[in-house]
Amino acid sequence: MLELQDVTITQGAFRLSADFVVAKSARVAVIGPSGAGKSTLLSVIAGFYPAESGRILWDGTDITHIQPGKRPLSILFQDQNLFPHLTIAQNVGLGLRPDLRLSPADHEAVSRALTRTGLQGMEARKPATLSGGQQGRVALTRALLRARPLMLLDEPFAALGPALKAEMLDLVAEITDETGATVLMVSHAPEDARRFAPETILVAEGTAHPPHPTTALLDNPPPVLAAYLGQ
Amino acid sequence: MKKTLSPALMIAGCLASSNVLAADTPELIVYAPDYFGSEWGPGPAIEAGFEALCACDLKFVTGDVMSRLKLEGEGTEADAVIGLTTDQTAAARATGLFAAHGKDLSGLTLPVAWDDDTFVPFNWGETAFVYDKTRLAEPPASFAALLDMSDDVKIVIQDPRSSVSGLALVLWMSEVFGDGTEEAWRKLKPKILTVTPGWSEAYGLFTSGEADMVLSFTTSPAYHIIAEEDETKVAAIFPEGHYFMTELVAKIGATDQPDLADAFLDYVLSDDFQGMIATANWSYPAREFEGALPAVFASLPRPDKTLFLPEAEAEARREPAIATWLKVMSE
Amino acid sequence: MQAPARPMSRALKTGAALAAALVLTLTLGTLGAVLTRAEGFAGLGAADWSALRFTVTQAAVSAALSLLLAIPAARALARRRFPGRGVLITLLGAPFILPVIVAVMGLLAVFGRSGFLNDGLAALGFARVSIYGFAGVVLAHVFFNLPLAVRLLLQGWLDIPAERFRLAAALGFGPGDIARHLEYPMLRARTPGVFVAIFLICLTSFAVALTLGGGPKATTVELAIYQSFRYDFDLGRAAMLAAIQLGLCATAALLAARFTLPSGFGTGLDRPVARWDANGPFLRTQDIAVLILTSLFLLAPLLAVITAGLPRLGSLPAPVWQAALRSLAVAGVSTLAAIAMALPLALASAARSGRRGLETIGMLPLATSSLVTGTGLFLLLRPLANPGDIALAVTVAVNAAMALPFCLRALLPAARELEADYGRLAQSLNLTGLARLRLLTLPRLRRPLGFAAGLTAALSMGDLGVIALFADEDSATLPLQLYRLMGAYRMQDAAGAAVLLLALSLALFWALDRGGRADA
Repeated sequence: MLELQDVTITQGAFRLSADFVVAKSARVAVIGPSGAGKSTLLSVIAGFYPAESGRILWDGTDITHIQPGKRPLSILFQDQNLFPHLTIAQNVGLGLRPDLRLSPADHEAVSRALTRTGLQGMEARKPATLSGGQQGRVALTRALLRARPLMLLDEPFAALGPALKAEMLDLVAEITDETGATVLMVSHAPEDARRFAPETILVAEGTAHPPHPTTALLDNPPPVLAAYLGQ
Repeated sequence: MKKTLSPALMIAGCLASSNVLAADTPELIVYAPDYFGSEWGPGPAIEAGFEALCACDLKFVTGDVMSRLKLEGEGTEADAVIGLTTDQTAAARATGLFAAHGKDLSGLTLPVAWDDDTFVPFNWGETAFVYDKTRLAEPPASFAALLDMSDDVKIVIQDPRSSVSGLALVLWMSEVFGDGTEEAWRKLKPKILTVTPGWSEAYGLFTSGEADMVLSFTTSPAYHIIAEEDETKVAAIFPEGHYFMTELVAKIGATDQPDLADAFLDYVLSDDFQGMIATANWSYPAREFEGALPAVFASLPRPDKTLFLPEAEAEARREPAIATWLKVMSE
Repeated sequence: MQAPARPMSRALKTGAALAAALVLTLTLGTLGAVLTRAEGFAGLGAADWSALRFTVTQAAVSAALSLLLAIPAARALARRRFPGRGVLITLLGAPFILPVIVAVMGLLAVFGRSGFLNDGLAALGFARVSIYGFAGVVLAHVFFNLPLAVRLLLQGWLDIPAERFRLAAALGFGPGDIARHLEYPMLRARTPGVFVAIFLICLTSFAVALTLGGGPKATTVELAIYQSFRYDFDLGRAAMLAAIQLGLCATAALLAARFTLPSGFGTGLDRPVARWDANGPFLRTQDIAVLILTSLFLLAPLLAVITAGLPRLGSLPAPVWQAALRSLAVAGVSTLAAIAMALPLALASAARSGRRGLETIGMLPLATSSLVTGTGLFLLLRPLANPGDIALAVTVAVNAAMALPFCLRALLPAARELEADYGRLAQSLNLTGLARLRLLTLPRLRRPLGFAAGLTAALSMGDLGVIALFADEDSATLPLQLYRLMGAYRMQDAAGAAVLLLALSLALFWALDRGGRADA
């Protein structure tokens, strides 16, 4: 269970407050107008940006001051999810051991995971030789191996076509169903939210609202969301 | 940083281990200018010659002798100092570090009288403009004639602020031209191709054909004749006289090896030492004797007149002479 | 989003702090040591002020000219592929690592009174030109520093991700558009740093200015410092002049920081750079002409040095070869020490974006008077050890410190980009400490690291090294032997030693730089 207790975030004149709970194994979309602070919210949860005040808890443990890499979560950025000088297998292997001192069993696990995400045989290739969809899959494969209970998606599939994006979201859903991970996904597309996330956090006008059933929210949006959705 | 420096120290230690000594051999530490550390100077022969006599280890510590002595003061490790020049003796004496030499200097054959009780000369020479007779058909017959030469003739000199020979030139000119020195510099200036920080750069410019004349020494041609069988390099001899320079040796008063230091001074005046000066140092020995000079050396033309500024006079003239030079050259 | 400072590992913090402390000791510490021995401070005379004026003017002109000439040359090298390009890039770097006297002799063989240029002019019936004076000083400084500028700017071009050129081609950019949208931002980011580096090198120049300056009008502050030591033993005046030099350095560095704009190119996926924009015949001709002229200017003097010395190379006396081995060892250790200092400084500097303290410290050695450093070190170390016994260690430390600014210039932009592009990803994967160094830092910084190591090794080879106060009988390096040969009238042997020095320096640079520059 992810808890944000009276969290406030400031960045110059920008302010965002968040006070909500996300249930375990929930899949939650984060939507809101551009610049409302969706990515910043994820950044704070992931530990890249300090909250001004308040606490962040995972399963009751305070993680507010823990280093990003030691938090119980994986994050996929909009871009730069892979190291271009490392092979696909190495990029994925980092999820098991950041020093890449992999045992034979680890190598096997990497190959199995790559097969699982449809990337079998690509172990030795470099990211530059892969398509955008394949690169996304590599990053997902790594998250799969890291097996952290919380996954943050900061629009990693925004650049993909609708069919490919749907496919990737299905893959995420499949994986997190297996592992029981909680997912927070920033999105611009209401149809993605409907498809993927039963609940949605609306970020607007300086507040990240508690999760609300997605369908209800989208069918009957408050004015600020309606404006954003063009309704 | 310790981690990264320790291999450096290890390597340095390995490289320096060649001079680790047997503990019971007494060590005589002599501060000297860099050329004593050179394989192509008198250093190695002096070291071998003296060590054969003294059953000691002679160690030259080379570098900027006077600066080091002044920084170290009473705590200096030096037992003796060699290679000081007359423009440094006033400052050296003022340190109070030196002891009287107590040697009989009557055997010296310098062209000037020398009765200093602290500093013993071991060589001498005179500054001169050296030219290549294949390139300069009509060399100047006097300093005055040099000033009157065409401005197309190009001369390289050394900076008096960084070079001993450069300083010698400004003092030489002040002695020759007196009140007319400023005017003389004004006439010389258009012929000065450039001013180098040291003798080596200037001489290199000359031998590579960049300049027609170079400020050097009357003995410079001897090197070319003896080592290269090249007789085209000649020193222009001026009737106005040439500026006398000598290099000196002295012992440190607080030395822990007074006997060795004393023996070293004796060695400096010995035939052995004096006989190697000509071809190792390309200058005249301070005590010339039969056979001390190779024939070529002995037959080099020598000026009739030697100009010598005693220590106090040289010290007093230095600043105004450099100032005059600076003034004219900066115009 | 403004990224906050990345928390640094303790090893990185310690490494950077130690490196900074060592640099500060070698620069400000030594200056302080000299100051404590000073006996009163006399005011500066008119000659000092005119030296200061000349110093700043020639340094500014030299740096500006080096940059102006380097831009077309680096651009031509960046967008052309031809056989021998790698060799040419290495050779063009050679003048930067030559000992002053060797370079001056080479320059004079081409531009001197009886050099090729004047012989050519005379043969064509033109008047001979003299380079002595301001022009000569600037010529020599451009000769020395153009290679550095070309290399650092070429690095800038190579650091523009291939994707950007691809995008530019897709958008139908012409050369003018490329210049405006890609090259100009890159130059805005890189040139101030390069300018300051060269400005500072020229600021502390001593022998070049004197030899080619034609007379005392071309007096630099460093000579005034030398004079204070040599005759007057006026430590106060020397220290004051050195402090002024440092002040100039700080001002220049601050100004450069003000004018530096981050290029903000982001990152690519390491695709090989292909250029679709420069295939026109005009640009082709322009680049070829630029490369030929630059090569002529930089390589003809080298050729003259080689021609003069090659016949003597085989018959060089044994002490020269021994000194060469010693110099190689010194260069090797100096390089390790320099990288060990530069890498933590660069990484720590990059991790603390917006804070320039460490970077400024790393640039200090450039503005430091070597005489003051030598004297200060002597005063600091003498109570601890016999100066002769630690001569080589001191040489290594000083070499490493002197090369540090160049290493930092090469490493910093790359380290900043590394941090900007992959800092968060590495953090999110908990990639820290040695694993981060091995898997991310070293592979991503391979190119600038190789360049920095090569440069340091070559500079250490060519450096006179042992400072006057630390010299010892058995620690003569190759450049010192070269000077000794000259001092003993052996100009021919000195020319041979110069070729040996040139060859070894270039070989070191080539070997180390190549490791990092496989695709450049």
